[in-house]
Amino acid sequence: MVDRRGLTVASSKLLTMREAISRFVSDGDSIAMGLALEALIPFAAGHEIIRQNRRDLTLIGPISDILFDQLIGAGCVKRVIAAWIGNVSAGLGYNYRRAAEDGVPHRLEITDHSNFTISLGLTAGALGVPYLPARTLLGSDIARDSGPFKHGTSPFGSEKLLFVPAIVPDVTILHVQRASEDGGCHAWGNLGVSAEGALAGKRVIVVAEEIVERPVITSDPNRVLVPPYRVSAVVHEPGGAHPSSVQGYYGRDHAFYGEYHAATKTATASDEWIQRWVRGVDGRAAFLKLLGAEQWRSLAVRGSKPAAPVNYSAT
Amino acid sequence: MSEARYSSAELMVVAGSREIGDGDVVFVGMRLPLIAFALAKRMHAPSAVGFFENGVIRDRPSESLLYTMGDPPNIEDASMCCTMSTVMGLLQKGEVDLGYIGGAEVDRFGNINTSYAGHVGKEFVKLPGSGGAGDIASLAKRFVVIIDHNSRRLVERVAYVTSPGNGDGAGWRERQGLPRGGPSAIITTMAVLRFDENREAFVASVHPGFSTDDVRENTGWPVRFAPDCATTPEPTEEELRVIRAIDPTGFWTS
Repeated sequence: MVDRRGLTVASSKLLTMREAISRFVSDGDSIAMGLALEALIPFAAGHEIIRQNRRDLTLIGPISDILFDQLIGAGCVKRVIAAWIGNVSAGLGYNYRRAAEDGVPHRLEITDHSNFTISLGLTAGALGVPYLPARTLLGSDIARDSGPFKHGTSPFGSEKLLFVPAIVPDVTILHVQRASEDGGCHAWGNLGVSAEGALAGKRVIVVAEEIVERPVITSDPNRVLVPPYRVSAVVHEPGGAHPSSVQGYYGRDHAFYGEYHAATKTATASDEWIQRWVRGVDGRAAFLKLLGAEQWRSLAVRGSKPAAPVNYSAT
Repeated sequence: MSEARYSSAELMVVAGSREIGDGDVVFVGMRLPLIAFALAKRMHAPSAVGFFENGVIRDRPSESLLYTMGDPPNIEDASMCCTMSTVMGLLQKGEVDLGYIGGAEVDRFGNINTSYAGHVGKEFVKLPGSGGAGDIASLAKRFVVIIDHNSRRLVERVAYVTSPGNGDGAGWRERQGLPRGGPSAIITTMAVLRFDENREAFVASVHPGFSTDDVRENTGWPVRFAPDCATTPEPTEEELRVIRAIDPTGFWTS
């Protein structure tokens, strides 16, 4: 049966982060996040999942720049379906290593992908087909028979192909620049597999820097990633993607990634980090206060470089 | 050794940039290749086009240093911001001339491991994984590996093939069904290796300050040297000036 929780037309889907996670993320769910790669990572949503002690989650994403590492360290994760998990500018993710190598805080099931196969899996999910064929990874150990893939040949020729199974997340969480209460949203910059993930997901949570009136969104329908009826919840969470960047709003906090790397080398130190930055604050506003007004201000985009307007008028 | 004039990373960036031909479509990747692409664009390959797997396409490099390909300066004035499927699809179609891959381990046939160091199922180190590397290695017309040179990283046979190189030699890629490509160079902290007709790596040039014995002792298989094995050309003053303008604090290149 199609899970249509929250998938509907409604004048307001606006919830607090706490309500959105409580209502739409359950133990055992598969969650796609970080789909724009290094930008627009929904850290505030991930932190609320940790605070609500969700367990046995499956995390889905192309690469994860420390968010998956944090959820793994907090003990929320049973399985990862991903191409790359670590810290893009600083190196390895220590919690990911501890879980994979030593079962700390508990054993982790790893389904290895490449970026392209994650993209194809989510696209298959979005298209409603069981798999999509590709010519990548042939001969690699990622593509061997113990993995999620199958091998075949083209029915129209003789090319060898990798069959990438559809990925259908229970929940897809997107961080975007702006949204309206009814679920319309605009995101810009590099989007990775954001649209595919939002079209594949059974439920979609949109976290926005700004809540705008509906006509702002409908003034530029080409910039909408997912039809509003597919959005289960809209959360207003300024700064919710820090330390990742949000084009036009704030830059990437490079130092924060380096500090996280240095601060999570042992399981005990990582627990302290999660206690300080996640469990010890009650939400994103308190997180930003802990970060410090000066540091937060230093990341703000001050310039203005709007796109040239386009004319959508029908008459 | 001329380490006072330039760093090892700067020499690797320069060697990496010289692999780019003018007009090449380049799948850029992370870290040093970000700078190698920007350097090539300013020096000898002004018509090169850069692909980034997050969906950014640029024909002019970003004005400021990139810590990641998703940083806002890489979006501003991009030629196109699209989806990962778009850039990966163009890669699969055969439109990418060159891709860069960093590695934890590379073997004598140019296979790369960035997934599990040591022995899978026993004691191992969990590395971050493929990212887009497996796709670049499979689908670009050629790829270049950038890696530290020691016998733990340049190994006889990788424990796990994340990104397929030449498998076990000539003909292997064709048998797997890979449509094209393979490794064209391995740029290390000591040398540049290229591939012979059996698709095995050999040392083409040794960096200034290192001997052939250094390279031999730090390579995990009995590596062969080209009969005309040369010294890797040093960075020019102009190349160093451009690199330092891009990375003034030496975040990636010190």
